[in-house]
Amino acid sequence: MFLLGAVSAGGDGFAEDRGGASPWEGEAEREEESFRAGTIRMEGSTSMGRLAGALGEGFMEKYPGVTVTVEFTGTGAGIGAVISGDTDIGNSSRALTDREKEGGAVENVVALDGILLCVDSSNTVRNLTVRQLADIYAGRLTNWSQAGGRDCPVVTVGREAGSGTRSDFEAFLGLRESCDYANEMDSSGAVLAKVAATPGAIGYVSLETKGEGVIVLSLEDVEPTAENIRDGTYPLSRTLIMVTRGEISDQNTLIRTWFDYVLGREGQEIVSKVGLVRVD
Amino acid sequence: MEKGKDTILEKGKKRAAVENAAQVIFASCAAFSVFIVAAVTLYMIVSGTPAIFRVGLKEILFGTVWAPASARPRYGIFSILLTSLAGTSLAVLIGVPVGVLTAVFLAEVADAWLASLVRPAVELLAGIPSVIYGLLGVRLLNPLLYKLELRLFAGSATHQFTGGSNLLAASLVLAVMILPTVVSVSETALRAVPPGVRAASLALGASRMQTVFRSVLPAARPGIVTAVVLGVGRALGEAMAVTLVSGNSVHLPLPFSSVRFLTAAIVSEMGYSEGLHRQMLFTVGLVLFVFIMAINFVLHKMMKEGIRADE
Repeated sequence: MFLLGAVSAGGDGFAEDRGGASPWEGEAEREEESFRAGTIRMEGSTSMGRLAGALGEGFMEKYPGVTVTVEFTGTGAGIGAVISGDTDIGNSSRALTDREKEGGAVENVVALDGILLCVDSSNTVRNLTVRQLADIYAGRLTNWSQAGGRDCPVVTVGREAGSGTRSDFEAFLGLRESCDYANEMDSSGAVLAKVAATPGAIGYVSLETKGEGVIVLSLEDVEPTAENIRDGTYPLSRTLIMVTRGEISDQNTLIRTWFDYVLGREGQEIVSKVGLVRVD
Repeated sequence: MEKGKDTILEKGKKRAAVENAAQVIFASCAAFSVFIVAAVTLYMIVSGTPAIFRVGLKEILFGTVWAPASARPRYGIFSILLTSLAGTSLAVLIGVPVGVLTAVFLAEVADAWLASLVRPAVELLAGIPSVIYGLLGVRLLNPLLYKLELRLFAGSATHQFTGGSNLLAASLVLAVMILPTVVSVSETALRAVPPGVRAASLALGASRMQTVFRSVLPAARPGIVTAVVLGVGRALGEAMAVTLVSGNSVHLPLPFSSVRFLTAAIVSEMGYSEGLHRQMLFTVGLVLFVFIMAINFVLHKMMKEGIRADE
């Protein structure tokens, strides 16, 4: 179990920290007492760890006295804990199943994530179709000349079994656990390094890495920009969700304040700061 | 002075107390190591066996498909097991001759001043962290082997190009990593050979090299076998460097194929694994553990027989 930060300062300076421009200013006067020493418990996806941690830290800085805890138990376990009432918020990097929705879980999209395709800097290819991409990872397209590039073998680089990025990528291509990798790395950083160092290599990394040192490809002529991910034209993307039991409006003041913060200007700025795409 | 007044009897008592205390301290230090070995063995068995019962030993050891995260998971580690065997053997095949001949150079051939330059260099090799070997492998060895791969498999339709991350790269890195152990243990063994052996050989008219290869090396055999055992242990247990250079994708161990070693199989998937997949990684650990124990046992036995044959 990992606890991220635990600030418990008194209420001094609390009102000033809030600022006067807050939309729920009137209500805050009344509710201030109730979350002076509250705790928000989050549980779930490891791949949302950085985002959840950064949001928690920002929130605790703004509201000293509130403690935000994050546990990384995996998406499934996090959602289960929300439904059973063991935690306040479940972090999920996939959409909810019908069964989970029946259990009372509600999706609240807080950020968008994308998967970048990258090749080394000597590669002349700038765009692939989904079909070509699937052929590459299935081992059917083995030379870049078959995709409009120069004569050079394709070296496939991917992530290890169990990685969320890998399962999303393979599910998108319809190649669940049937990709033929030449290199399996255990982090996005390692994939980037391998691709950058190997002529003819192709790899996929999470958006957070920004694809530094390599060429990022377009997919079906769509560049993986923030706008294209937000409007859904770049296909290799996913929503990051904070699950609650019942709608946000049914939550207590503390949780509602949390979502005001996360979906508001400050929270969304943290979203782009950790390299993800904002939803506002 | 107080001490001067001690009778012989009292002195004896004090001495006995010190003796006893020392004995207890030594015994508990020794017991600590034994305790750790016992604890590790017990832990590996307890955490490694559940998956064996759920998947089946035959499926694990002889299955060739490793797809732990698929809808119908498969947990065959045959290719991984073979890779560890082939990679270690290849590393020993390359590393041991070089190491033993270096030891011969240091102990028999080199002038004292030259040996005093070479020895620290070899010993320093042992102090380099394995991740540095891995990085050097990625930066130097992989690109070099990729060039070779491009030339060897030009036009091949069936070969999967790996960018130089293959069994050969891992074995070469391991060979370098076992060098310091092999060199220093072998050198000690060579130096322990009684001077009479050399003198007798030379007196019979053998040349210096004949003496080294026909008399000194055979006399030092038990020590050299120990060097090999230690080298095999190091190569088999190394994870960091091989993970970086081997490609880490599960294939049969061919020199230019991307392969995964037992150690790497545990390390690389520990991060996000869960349920049976995670239990299975502990089973892989148990297999590696049994493997190393068995190899140590066999080689120790060989060593003892070697000594007996000499006698």
